[in-house]
Amino acid sequence: MPTQMEKVICVTCPKGCTLEVTREAETILKVEKAGCNRGTRYAQQELTDPRRMVATSVRIRGGLHPLLPVHTSAPFPKPRIRELLEALRRVEVQAPVELNQVILPDALGTGIDIRASRSMAPVHSAD
Amino acid sequence: MSDAKQYDVVVIGSGPGGLAAAISAKKTGADRVLIIERDVEPGGILLQCIHNGFGVEVFKQDLPGPAYAQRFIDEAFQVGVEFMLDTMVLEITRERRITAVSRKHGFVELQARAVVLAMGCRERTRAQIRLPGHRPAGVYTAGTAQRWVNVEGYMPGKRFVILGSGDIGMIMARRLTYEGAKVERVLEVMPYLSGLTRNYVQCLLDNDIELQLRHTVRRILGKNRVEAVEAVAVDEQMNYIPGTEEIIPCDTLLLSVGLIPENELSRQAGVAIDPITGGPFVDDSFQTSVPGIFSAGNVVHVYDLVDWVTEAGLTAGKSAARLVRSGLAAGDGPALPLKAGENVRYVVPHTLRPDHLADGDIRVQLRVRQPLERPVWVELRSGDKLLHRKGEPYARPGEMITLPVRPNLMDELKAAGELTVAVVAR
Ligand SMILES: Cc1cc2nc3c(=O)[nH]c(=O)nc-3n(C[C@H](O)[C@H](O)[C@H](O)COP(=O)(O)OP(=O)(O)OC[C@H]3O[C@@H](n4cnc5c(N)ncnc54)[C@H](O)[C@@H]3O)c2cc1C
Ligand code: SF4
Repeated sequence: MPTQMEKVICVTCPKGCTLEVTREAETILKVEKAGCNRGTRYAQQELTDPRRMVATSVRIRGGLHPLLPVHTSAPFPKPRIRELLEALRRVEVQAPVELNQVILPDALGTGIDIRASRSMAPVHSAD
Repeated sequence: MSDAKQYDVVVIGSGPGGLAAAISAKKTGADRVLIIERDVEPGGILLQCIHNGFGVEVFKQDLPGPAYAQRFIDEAFQVGVEFMLDTMVLEITRERRITAVSRKHGFVELQARAVVLAMGCRERTRAQIRLPGHRPAGVYTAGTAQRWVNVEGYMPGKRFVILGSGDIGMIMARRLTYEGAKVERVLEVMPYLSGLTRNYVQCLLDNDIELQLRHTVRRILGKNRVEAVEAVAVDEQMNYIPGTEEIIPCDTLLLSVGLIPENELSRQAGVAIDPITGGPFVDDSFQTSVPGIFSAGNVVHVYDLVDWVTEAGLTAGKSAARLVRSGLAAGDGPALPLKAGENVRYVVPHTLRPDHLADGDIRVQLRVRQPLERPVWVELRSGDKLLHRKGEPYARPGEMITLPVRPNLMDELKAAGELTVAVVAR
């Protein structure tokens, strides 16, 4: 079976190594030029089931700001990011919120939670 | 000396640099430590950087900006740092007298035994890159747009062109796409990316956003609101190449064309500024040319990673506390000048005291002039003599390089004269 070499840029850390991945169909034979062994794992994941950390915001009532930043508790399947963003557009929470509080558990049935990226104290407004 | 309130250490700015400085000053023996911040809450620019990627290098944790900031905000409160929020510092004198104004406290005057400047940086604007054309609505800096979109919940447009491939621009390209906008193009005048490669992958490639290197905006079209921009290719000398013009319809142009350390206050205090970094000349303890005034973070030079900002803040705070405890750095040997050599645009700190190696490593940080896409040596030299070197897989202007100088070099450095740092192909 023919082997093929692909270049994959590792995004695990800011070094951004360009990995050279040799594979035969779905089987990865070797990963070269990785600055550390996390790169090898990344290449494997990226070529079979690419995932990304997703950070966005949801609406919050009664807080200092109208938006609360949130993030995924683990890298999220890349093809479903759009769907996740859609779902989060419909979420609204109430202040106070604590850092890392779960805003949406088990998002889209992936087992990955959406968590608050900061605390936000309640603010007493006129209404 | 009148009724001005007295503090041991006053830190200007509550970003990661200021927070780290205040925490370490307090922990290493300074008594009254105050942070003055013009925003209504502490945290600095990180509060609007809601993306992940903070803390990976030094803390081995991948956090969103606000979460990274909160660790240090919580710690600052715990150790007893005082805060004066919603307060803008107007002036600092050489004698470390500080004038500020706020809604709550009115006009305030303070006297500090040591000051840490941690005002961060600001973005280059349209005026600084000389963009011709009308001045329609719809031209903003990427950082301003970031604050609107991420904090205030306001989308500045629907179809975007981004000028500059800095990290903020690329991160905003993804953010705007996530929010349902269309990013038509990212244009970069240089032949290489100015931000981190990982941001090119996860912000642009992942979202099918096109990047054009060696391209810039020649003209903005539209009278009241941006209607399009005219993009053009440039040659090696940065001249427009005729025939390459392209009209890209859009309603908003974001500028991500660089950051400049924010040093108005420093200048007033008589702090000498390096024209290349745009920040103060500092020694390895982050003291500026004015004794008792220290600085940390983006105010010194623009960092690409917050981890190093925190580290710099910790050093500056510790140095400030030491000065407060024992007066001007007594007993320290002479400082050696540290200069940028071959293919190095600048190096920080500007001077280095070998005696300080007794306290541990000194981190020398630099940026290269030209990209070298192959293995390089980062070398520390004294004249022709090689003192220390470190290998890197490549060197890119967009990515700061760190060269730790270890305590075992102390004796050799003491015998050395002027030091230079060079980056050469291996
Ligand atoms: C958009 C963007 C994206 C980034 N992305 C990443 C990333 O993915 N990963 C990473 O590691 N790093 C990233 N960075 C870099 C990192 O965030 C910065 O290096 C870091 O926040 C700088 O910290 P600082 O304390 O020097 O300045 P800042 O955080 O800018 O804080 C300066 C503070 O000083 C205050 N101030 C200024 N002047 C006055 C005055 N006169 N009176 C009172 N207060 C004043 C300001 O209000 C501000 O709060 C990013 C930076 C930006 C701008
Ligand atoms: S391979 Fe290791 S060093 Fe290279 S980018 Fe990935 S995590 Fe960073």
